Amino acid sequence: MYTFSNRLKISAVILIVLGLIGIAKGFKDAHHYETVEDVKTMLAEEASHGGHGESHDTVAVHATETHDNHASDNDHHDGEHIEDSHAEASHHVDKPLHADEADHHSIDVGHHGDEHAEHVMHQLHNRPWSALYVAAFFFMMIALGALVFYALQYAAQAGWSPLLFRVMEGITYYLLPGALIVVAIAFFSGYHIFVWMNPDMINPESADYDKLVAGKSAWLNKPWFIIRALIFITGWSLYRYFSRKFSIAQDEAEPGDKRNFKKNFRISAAFLVFFIYTESMMSWDWIMSVDPHWFSTLFGWYVLAGMMVCAITVIAMITIYLKSKGLLPKVNDSHIHDLAKFMFGFSIFWTYLWFSQFMLIWYSNIPEEVTYFVTRIEDYNLPFFGMIVMNFIFPLLLLMNSDYKRISWFVIMAGIVILGGHYIDIFNMIMPATVGDRWYIGAPEIGSILLFAGLFLLIVFYAISKQSLTAKGNPFIKESENFHY
Amino acid sequence: MEASKVIHAIYNDDDVLMNAVKKVKAAKHHIDEVYTPFPVHGLDKAMGLEPTRLAIASFMYGCVGLTVAFLMMNFIMIEDWPQDIGGKPSFSYLENMPAFVPIMFELTVFFAAHLMVITFYLRSKMWPFKKAENPDPRTTDDHFLMEIGIHGNEKELHNLLAETGAVEINIVDKAHH
Repeated sequence: MYTFSNRLKISAVILIVLGLIGIAKGFKDAHHYETVEDVKTMLAEEASHGGHGESHDTVAVHATETHDNHASDNDHHDGEHIEDSHAEASHHVDKPLHADEADHHSIDVGHHGDEHAEHVMHQLHNRPWSALYVAAFFFMMIALGALVFYALQYAAQAGWSPLLFRVMEGITYYLLPGALIVVAIAFFSGYHIFVWMNPDMINPESADYDKLVAGKSAWLNKPWFIIRALIFITGWSLYRYFSRKFSIAQDEAEPGDKRNFKKNFRISAAFLVFFIYTESMMSWDWIMSVDPHWFSTLFGWYVLAGMMVCAITVIAMITIYLKSKGLLPKVNDSHIHDLAKFMFGFSIFWTYLWFSQFMLIWYSNIPEEVTYFVTRIEDYNLPFFGMIVMNFIFPLLLLMNSDYKRISWFVIMAGIVILGGHYIDIFNMIMPATVGDRWYIGAPEIGSILLFAGLFLLIVFYAISKQSLTAKGNPFIKESENFHY
Repeated sequence: MEASKVIHAIYNDDDVLMNAVKKVKAAKHHIDEVYTPFPVHGLDKAMGLEPTRLAIASFMYGCVGLTVAFLMMNFIMIEDWPQDIGGKPSFSYLENMPAFVPIMFELTVFFAAHLMVITFYLRSKMWPFKKAENPDPRTTDDHFLMEIGIHGNEKELHNLLAETGAVEINIVDKAHH
């Protein structure tokens, strides 16, 4: 039995408070630029320092040619122009696809400046919302991944893992609040995150009308988005509720009475079927639709792979933590070894899917697809390639040796890098669509991570402290205790 | 030095065998070899065999494969006969690298797997037309055989093995074979 120590509780609360301060600062900073005029002043300052415009030389070469008629404009304007053409290349569509763009610019230079400044203002305002959303999704995904891993253990009738079931059940307790928070942020963010939520985009009368988004409006509309989200969350939470209930009931059952275990086996198999459909749709809805023009058919798998790595990493970390307190005496280094093998394996699987998605789009080089990676490579070069080092090369080399997989602190250190890498992965999925090149890992991003980390610790360790740490009624518990590699 | 006379203890259960191996090791005898019809989990540790270094060899073979893939693709696609595929005539290895990743992966796996198997066979002294060393054909069916060299302690070994539950104990003079 684990008692939630006060020290951990206070640490979690401190994380939450620090997080809230960071987020508040993020919102305050973003609304420092309240009007287009404020943004123009800022842009003028940036241009005079030469920083922003210059760093985008390569972008100018790459970007759309419609703006060539501006080449003779003054320097100051040119700096802005490069950014603007870049922003269009990056597919950020809060001012969607102007067919008459060239006219716009050649007729009215002043108006162009306004439009660009407005665009930057939107990006600045999107940033704290996006930061909040990325962190919320990241921690929700850990709980969801843990739930799937747990269901897999039941469906496969795995013998090695029942000693870890109470840890997994603790982590999955965060799923319901975590997922509701994600949906709430999406709902209340207006269209700061999901540009298709802007009603003007599907209104043919509006200047913001976008034919592609309008074409997808049967799927991408706010009520149906919320209904779908509620269906997903209800399904997952029902499974979570009943599997936990049966798992605990099995502990109290008479010896030889395996009915609860069998029920768990059946609902786990059913959940896995439900999950693989809803996870795919969830990843289209909650992530892929931030770029409503872009799509990838293996996106659901890709998100799933990242989710599983993070979940198994967190299971391993919490197991090692509880074991270090002497609370999981029967967990031996073979269990840690197996978890680390999964961390290693799913890291490779993630890389495989990441690369499969990247290579096909890179090779075919179709403008409306490849823009996704152009933005990421040009504006997000360090996080984009850094994440491959953190999520692939690092675990590949560190966790390859079988002896290292048994060393607790080694698994923890590798786990921290993997979690950081997968946070950046989610960051790279959301941010390019919402803030373009105006990204930074600053107060709102770190604040959001702290806030949700605190919330996650509070909820997960509360759930772990509720029940005995050994699922003693599980028919495979003896096998799990004797498990050795 | 390998003993010319050996004792063969035959068992018909892997659990009994495992316990026997532990007992023989505890009595400080060196077990030359154990023949089993299937891999027995944990037997290598019980016998006190050194951990395999095959994994390290495999890693190095993989590195060789990766290097071969790199040099091969660089020669074929960049240096010798530069080609324009998919509108990417960049003639630079790095810029075309994503297209070569599947080949780099496959050759890494190919080299690691094949050379590892060949190494394993050679290390186990197995090659084509080699005569089987198996002392008793029943070890390919349902019996387990433990071979221990005799160094003037025939009686002692015989008694020890009889205690461990061997179903049959034979003294074999290897020199006459």
